[in-house]
Parts: sequence; structure tokens; C-alpha cells
Amino acid sequence: MIFYILRRILYAIPIAFGVSVVCFSLVYIAPGDPLQTVMPPDATAETIAIVKHAYGFDKPLPMQFVIWLGRVVTGDFGLSIATRRPVFLEVTDALANTALLALFAAPIAFFTGYAMGVIAGCFPGRWVDRLVTGAAVMGVSLPNYWLGIVLVIIFAVQFMLLPATGMGPNGSTGFRIFEWSSARFLVLPVITLAMIPIGILARTTRAAVAEVRNQDFVQTLRAKGLSEWAVTRHVLKNSLPQVMAVMGLQFGYLIGGSILVETVFTWPGSGFLLSKAIINRDVPVLQGTILTLSLVFVATNLVVDLLQSLIDPRIRRG
Amino acid sequence: MNQRWARTAMLMAGAAVLMGAGTARASGTLTVGMTAGDLPITTGNPDQGAEGLRFVGYSLYDSLVLWDLSNGDKPADIKPGLATAWHIDEGDDKRWIFTLRQGVKWHDGCPFTADDVMWNMRYTGDEKAPEFNPAQFAQTRIYLGTYAGVEKIDDQTVAFKTKVPDSLFPYEISFVLLISPCRAKEVKYNWTEYALHPSGTGPYKFDKAVAHQRMEFVPNTEYWDEARVPKQDRLVLVPVPEASTRTAALLSGQVDWIEAPSPDAIGRLKSAGMQIVTRVYPHNWSYQLNFVKGPFTDRRVRRAANYALNRGEVTEMLNGLALEEYGTVPPSTPYYGHPIEYKYDPDQAKALLKEAGCVPCKVKIAISTSGSGQMQPLPMNELVKSQLDAVGFEVTLDAMDWNALLQLTREGVDKHPDFDAINVSRSLQDPFNALIRHVWTGTWAPKGSNWGHFSNPEIEKTIAATLGEFNAQKRLVLLTKLHEQMNEEAVMIFVVHDINPRALSPKVHGFVQAQSWFQDLTPVSVSP
Repeated sequence: MIFYILRRILYAIPIAFGVSVVCFSLVYIAPGDPLQTVMPPDATAETIAIVKHAYGFDKPLPMQFVIWLGRVVTGDFGLSIATRRPVFLEVTDALANTALLALFAAPIAFFTGYAMGVIAGCFPGRWVDRLVTGAAVMGVSLPNYWLGIVLVIIFAVQFMLLPATGMGPNGSTGFRIFEWSSARFLVLPVITLAMIPIGILARTTRAAVAEVRNQDFVQTLRAKGLSEWAVTRHVLKNSLPQVMAVMGLQFGYLIGGSILVETVFTWPGSGFLLSKAIINRDVPVLQGTILTLSLVFVATNLVVDLLQSLIDPRIRRG
Repeated sequence: MNQRWARTAMLMAGAAVLMGAGTARASGTLTVGMTAGDLPITTGNPDQGAEGLRFVGYSLYDSLVLWDLSNGDKPADIKPGLATAWHIDEGDDKRWIFTLRQGVKWHDGCPFTADDVMWNMRYTGDEKAPEFNPAQFAQTRIYLGTYAGVEKIDDQTVAFKTKVPDSLFPYEISFVLLISPCRAKEVKYNWTEYALHPSGTGPYKFDKAVAHQRMEFVPNTEYWDEARVPKQDRLVLVPVPEASTRTAALLSGQVDWIEAPSPDAIGRLKSAGMQIVTRVYPHNWSYQLNFVKGPFTDRRVRRAANYALNRGEVTEMLNGLALEEYGTVPPSTPYYGHPIEYKYDPDQAKALLKEAGCVPCKVKIAISTSGSGQMQPLPMNELVKSQLDAVGFEVTLDAMDWNALLQLTREGVDKHPDFDAINVSRSLQDPFNALIRHVWTGTWAPKGSNWGHFSNPEIEKTIAATLGEFNAQKRLVLLTKLHEQMNEEAVMIFVVHDINPRALSPKVHGFVQAQSWFQDLTPVSVSP
């Protein structure tokens, strides 16, 4: 197992390098100026040239890439053009904020989606299956930015129970998870964010459970006289690896941050950071964020693979 | 009887308390929901466009020359700031002399001196100086096209030199905010650190900020202009770029003030008792034209495009949140004059196109999907296109993101000859930015804002005379003439002026909306 983990980590290095090349190059393909954020609309060519020189953007792209990569391997992602804060700080702060959402949204989505899927899968074709499948389709189909706005209208505007935007009350200097004055800012974005994974999980689990229930060994278990509860336990265990793979992907998406949900709620997470960096062409932030998120995906997939092999002994890894 | 007396006395006492409360200094926290996607930077001239200057720039900092925002009935003009007076050197019309205000202190306690002005001009303009900040260079240089240097005459006087005679220099220097060299030295020119501890001379002091979320200011009770010591206890700035969320934040009481509510939310906001304040200000939403190649090189085609527009339909689409535009500047501007106004006349438009031999008149226009000051670019452009097409134009709209359009705008017509026009809204805060930069050969892109390389000998003469005229009354006459000439030449396709809508909670009192891109928040109070 240790060799397997080491090998997977070694695989991740060329992947990370490939990702770094792609993410560095991609941001230069789009039209627009990387110094847009510090440059007023009417900046002259002369002004732009001086500022480009000051920021090092006048160097050839390959040289910029080498300089950037050299810094990145030492953990220095440079400074944000817009805020002049270290990109590493920008990315880690944003990731922490998104992780906060994901940590609440993921269990809600996974438990709800899994439970719905199991119920539907155990009663295929029955009314409960149709109900759950219908709800799952609705969850997947609802645009989450629309849902977010509707929730804001109901809970923030009509009932004034929860805040509409932001991540903490006036005067606060940080997010305090155990204080309701801060925690209440989490509720609406978490529910909005959880909705799509609930739908996807419910549908995946239903399909997996229904498939396993039709396998021969389930008939054998029943023939051996096991109770329906015991049979269901076996079914669930056998359907879990497939469900977990999807959970891993969904967790990756949640950690990646939703640009739409974070924009609707002005939640300063990685999706919001990415969208601002794209709009402003804040190249260092864009590169740092894409690279970090890609590495998070690689790490999440690795963890999911390992968990799968632990849960299902049939999945043997060399 | 005694009971009655006692009751009367209590009532009187209660009334006295209430009256006292009414005359006491107002207070409260004012929370503003900005359209900006992020908090503006605090190292001098902020980013995030005019909103950055409006809420952060002129709150924390002063410039030598400030804008008088106290009167909403007329367009805002300049007034003394950190300089109490200025005049042109009688022996040198390229040398402006500024007398500095005495007794002013930075928020960090250091005194404001002539050396600080020198330091700030190096900070924003001298690449070789240790204090040089390229971001500030970029933010301020656009206003200092004619700036050639600064010298200290004595402790209370400095002289600015210009490359050419520039009678409008005091307007231009009003956009350059001054920061405390003391604080900069204290943080060893680490601008990331400075941004967390900014120090200016403005009416607000920086209190705290949570990155990307919130910035909080408190009143500078020792502000040199006593009348402008803020009436709130605290000013909180929150970026809320999504328009519907901004509206919801105001309706839910999370913020007291929002910028640019979307036109379709106005009814809902009004029904909830919110104050909707609007006032025309120096902004135009127009098309800048290609004067080098294509149909718009012909004045008849430019006029035809202007006659083709039914601007009333555009303002109607915006729920009345715009003013029909018939000149570069709004009619309330002192130098509006009596220009030709191209009122909706489709027959005239068709006749002009026929006369110019441009039927169908194919034009390609670069537009953005969003952007600062762009209002609602997609539906507005679609409506304009349908009106132009109706008289014989064949318009192709090329939509791109704001950043791409800005790049196209900066690079100018030489690099993008295939576009016949661009749709970039303009700030018209001062005479140079309002008129001259659009039509002067000295500002041909990429050197400036004259995207389509307009040139006209008569207009060139008027500009030269304006820049060389140091008598304000005589200059006003020249500016008026320039505006009329620009309309005569139909230098743009005029569409609408924005009317600067913002929505305020009924708890907000004392706000006077100025005819300006900037606003004074100091008289505002918020009741509990």
C-alpha cells in the first residue's frame, strides 16, 4: 500500500507540471491585458509600457514561465496585481472559505443524496422511487444561482431571518464558526451548494443499488435465508465504491468552489476569486488558483482511490 | 392637581429630551453596498474605477484641489483642498504655483508639508525613486498628460510645470490623491503593509478591513474642514457585484445604501419605502467612431446615425433611469451652449444616407457584455442596432468582454481598422476629459482617448486657445464653442446620459446627490 501511495504521488508530479504549463499558457490566450486591473481605461501606450516593465510583463513568455515556475516550486506564487497581497495568501484564504462551505455542504449532500438513492433503489418502480427520482432530477436541473436568489428573497428579504450576502457581520475581523452571528452567513450558500450533489448522488446511488440488487449473489443470500436487512447491508456495501467515486468528484467540485453561488452570496471563496481574477486578468492569481485547484483534484482522486480499495477488497492495487 | 402637574412636567421633560436628540450630532453606521467586485486598494488612487475614488479615495485622502460636492443643483466644480490657492506664473504660462494649506496633519500625526507634495509626485511618477509605485503611476498618469515636473518654492508653496500651456491643470491635479510619506517610510515602502495601515489627510480614517469582504472607516474628528467631519460613527464598505443580491441586501437591512440598483428593481425598492435618488451627472453612453476608414468618415453618415435614434425608447427600456443625450455633455453643463441637436428624424436619416451613397450602410461595432459605466450594454445595443437598421444601416455587433474592449479602445483605430465604432461610456468629470480628449490630435490612441483619430483644424484651434486661456470666463466661452463644434461634426453617436441611480434606506438622512462621479458621504447620518 505504501508503494502504491508513493507511486501515485510520483505520478502527480508530471501531472502538476503539465497543469502548470497549461494554466500558465491558457491565461495568455484570452484577449485583454494582464495589467487591466491597475490600468485605467484611458491609459496610454507609454504608461502601459512603463508599468509592464515594472511588473515584469515585458519579458518573453517562456522566460516569464521559467521565473514563475522557479518561484512556485519554492511556494512563492508572486503578488496579486490587483491587491498586491501574496497570491499564496489569496489562494489559501479563498480555499479555506470555500472548504468551509464544502465541509457543511458535502455531508448534507452526501447523506441526503445517499439516503434518497438507497430508498429509491430498494423500491424500484414504486411511488417512492418515482418521487425520489423526480426530486433528484429537479435538484440537478435547478440552476443554483437562481435557487440562491430565490432563497435570499424568501429568507433574507421576506422573513429577514438570514443575511443576503457576505461572510460575517460589520465589525467582525474573522469568521467565527461557533458564533451564530457568523454561522448564519453559511446557511443559504450551503443549502444552495448542496442541491446539485444531492440530485447527482441520489441518482447514482439509486442506479448502483438497483444494479447490485439484481446480481446473482443477492439471490444466493436470500436463498440462504438471510433477513432482508442483512441482504440490504450487503447490497449497500457492494454499491458503495461506485457511489464513493462520484462523492469524490462532487467533493472536488465543492472544494473547487462554485463561481455562481459564491458570486450570488459574495462569498470570498476560490470560485469568486477565480471569477474576479478572470475578469481583471489578474494573471498571478489566476495561475496560482488554477494550479492549486488542479492539485486539490489530483489529491482528492488519490484519497478516493485509496478509500475505495480499503472498502472493497476486490479492488486490488499493485 | 399635583398629579396633573407631575404628568405635564414629565411630558415636557420627554419633549425636551426628544428635541435634544433632534439637535444632537447625528450618528449611526452607514453600510454601503458597492457594485465593485472587490475592495478598492488603499495605497493612494484606488482601483475599481470611479467607485474606488468615490468611497475610498476621497474618504481617506485629499488632493491639492478637491471637488465641491455640496450642491446638487449644478455640476460639481473644483474647490481648494490641500492647496488654498493657485495661479499661473505671470512670467511663464507653463508654470502653476500652488499655495499649500497650513496646519494640516496626516492621520498618523505627521504635519503635511511641501516636501510631502514632492515625495508624492515621485511616488506616482519617478521610476527611479525608491518610493515609486507602478500601480499608482498607472492610476494617476492618465490625468497628468501635460505634467512636466514639480519644484518646491518654500515650505508652503510648490510649482508645477507643464509641457504646454495648460489652463486646465488644476482640474487634472484634483485626481491625484496624496498619501503620508511618514507612514510609507514606517512600513519601509512595503505597499502590501501600507494598504493595511493607510494614512491620509481625508475626512475618514481607516479602521479595519477583512480582505475581499469589508472595509471600515471612522470619522477623522480633526479634519481640517470642520464642516466635513463625518456625521456617522462608522462607514462600512461592502463589495456586492451581483445586482439582485445588492437589492436583497438593502431590502433585508444588511446594508443602508446600494449603488446602481437594476432598473427592474426600482418598483420593488420604492414599495419597500427605499429612497431612490437620481441626478444627471457627467457621463455619456455613446459610440466613438472610426474617422480613418469606413462610412463614419463621412459627416452625413454620422449625422444620419444620430437622427436615426429614438432615444426615448432607450430611456423607456431603462425604466426612465437615463436622460436622452444630444451632445457630448449633459445640458446642465456650463459649456453645453446651443449645439445642433439631432432629434429623432428617420426620414432625414434615410435622406442623408442616400446622399452619402451608403445604402445599405454596413458598420461593425465593438461592444461589451458588461463593464464600468456601460449600463445594460447588450439590450441597449440591440435596441440601437434595430433603430439604425430601420433607416438603412446594416449593423454588426461584435460583443466581447469588458477587458477585451478596453484593450481594443486603448490600442486605437490603427490596430483595429475593421471596427467602425466602439461603445465605451465616458466619464466627463472635467473639461479636458469631457471634451478635449475625444477630439484632440494630442490624444490619438494609443496616446489617449481619441480612439478613432478624429482631427479637424478648427477644433484643433479652439482646443489650443482653450488650453492657453487662463481667464475662467473667457475659457468658458471657448469650451462652449468647442462643444458646439463637436456637435456640428457629430463626433459621436449620442445615446443617453446615465442618471446615477442609487437606493438608500429610509434610515439614511442628509445625503445631497452631486452632479458628479464623486459624492460626499460626510453629511450622511443613519437613524437607528
